[in-house]
Amino acid sequence: MEHLFINIADAFTGWLMNLGLSPWWADLALLVVQWICIVTIVTANITVLIWLERKVSGFFQERLGPNRLGPFGCFQTIADAIKLLTKEDIIPSAADKLVFRTAPIFFIIVSVMLYVVLPMGDGMQIVDLDVGLFFFISVGSLSTICLLMAGWGSNNKWSLIGAMRAVAQMISYEVPLALSLIGVVMIAGSLRLSNIVAAQGNIWFIVLQPIAFITYFIAATAELNRGPFDMPEAEQELTGGAYTEYTGMRWALFFLAEYTNLVAVSALMATVFLGGWQGPWLPSWLWIIVKTYVIMMVFFWLKWTFPRIRMDQLMSFSWKFLIPVSLANIFLTGAGIHFFKWMGW
Amino acid sequence: MLSDYSSIGIFLLLTISFPVIALVMAWMVRPKPKQTEEKLTTYECGVDTKGKTWIRFRVNYFLYALVFLAFDVETIFLFPWAVKFNSLGLFAFIEMVIFIAILVIGLWYAWREGALEWH
Repeated sequence: MEHLFINIADAFTGWLMNLGLSPWWADLALLVVQWICIVTIVTANITVLIWLERKVSGFFQERLGPNRLGPFGCFQTIADAIKLLTKEDIIPSAADKLVFRTAPIFFIIVSVMLYVVLPMGDGMQIVDLDVGLFFFISVGSLSTICLLMAGWGSNNKWSLIGAMRAVAQMISYEVPLALSLIGVVMIAGSLRLSNIVAAQGNIWFIVLQPIAFITYFIAATAELNRGPFDMPEAEQELTGGAYTEYTGMRWALFFLAEYTNLVAVSALMATVFLGGWQGPWLPSWLWIIVKTYVIMMVFFWLKWTFPRIRMDQLMSFSWKFLIPVSLANIFLTGAGIHFFKWMGW
Repeated sequence: MLSDYSSIGIFLLLTISFPVIALVMAWMVRPKPKQTEEKLTTYECGVDTKGKTWIRFRVNYFLYALVFLAFDVETIFLFPWAVKFNSLGLFAFIEMVIFIAILVIGLWYAWREGALEWH
């Protein structure tokens, strides 16, 4: 079970090379298959996730949640997807057509690209990039531009306010997000995600870097525009923020991209702080799924427990609390490493 | 064998096809009635929209962007230092403390001048 997928991949490339393909072409074919797997799993997983979030939020608020279609309402998301697929496509005449059309496309591309560097098991990584962590942060932060494009292109006041808020919030939380990971990099001594997982062989980084874990978690919630930091969307006052003018499939792409980002960020947190795919008894690829789901549950829990935070509180929380704390964490980590070295541990 | 970055490039090219396929699929399925002028107006809770949307925004956003720029560049400097932290020794640590201290003074100045207040 442990090397199930690796063996399948090896058998696949071996079979192709037996057919007379050069290793380069076999690799390319494997990459295409991996891509198809990732896109299918991501899309299928999100239908489950949306159902799960609605069900979980129902339990938090003492109501039932979706319960009509199928057992426990589990076909609800599929029905929703079909509905979105058959909706009319409306582009407002005042909108900037090119920007309006391309924004959801860029958003989904950016969020799927995050999966290139994620280790999904022992040796199961599409590209083990030497700057993997940095790649993840930089590609992840591009989603800010997509939201700004959506808000600006819609030529709608709600959209533009939502997009401006999104940009202000996301750039503010970008800084503690990146700073909190520096402590981890200092201990692991590498930006390669497989090395970071290997460095957690004895002890998980959540134990060595608890402050970094908490600051990263808060900053990631804000980066994902999830509650209690969902000011950019704020249905009750902005009618959906940057997504106000979007309909049908384009809106579905935004929704898909948001959840794709959520899964990717949860998987990164599991990789960086919770020991990645390492764990006893179960195969490695199952461990990363379990850990990712645990973190996503905490995200759901946070969203449905806390009320939305006001914009000025949101900004001052990042600049006046999270950034000083994460800078102090870097100092503490450095001092700690030198102290232990000096003690001779 | 594919190199790391060419794999990422090919993955990017493949990923571009994903939203395109999704949109083409929706285009084939969805109804395409004639669009009326009212339907294509900007949504503003049922009222006609007044004035321009693309106006100048308040300077607050710009101040945040400036402070963000300083800190983002700092983060980029910190990452290579963090990777090599174990082999650099105490001297590099003290140097980085001084570097961060300068930035903290900058943050304190922006704080005192009210650049971090949301109005």
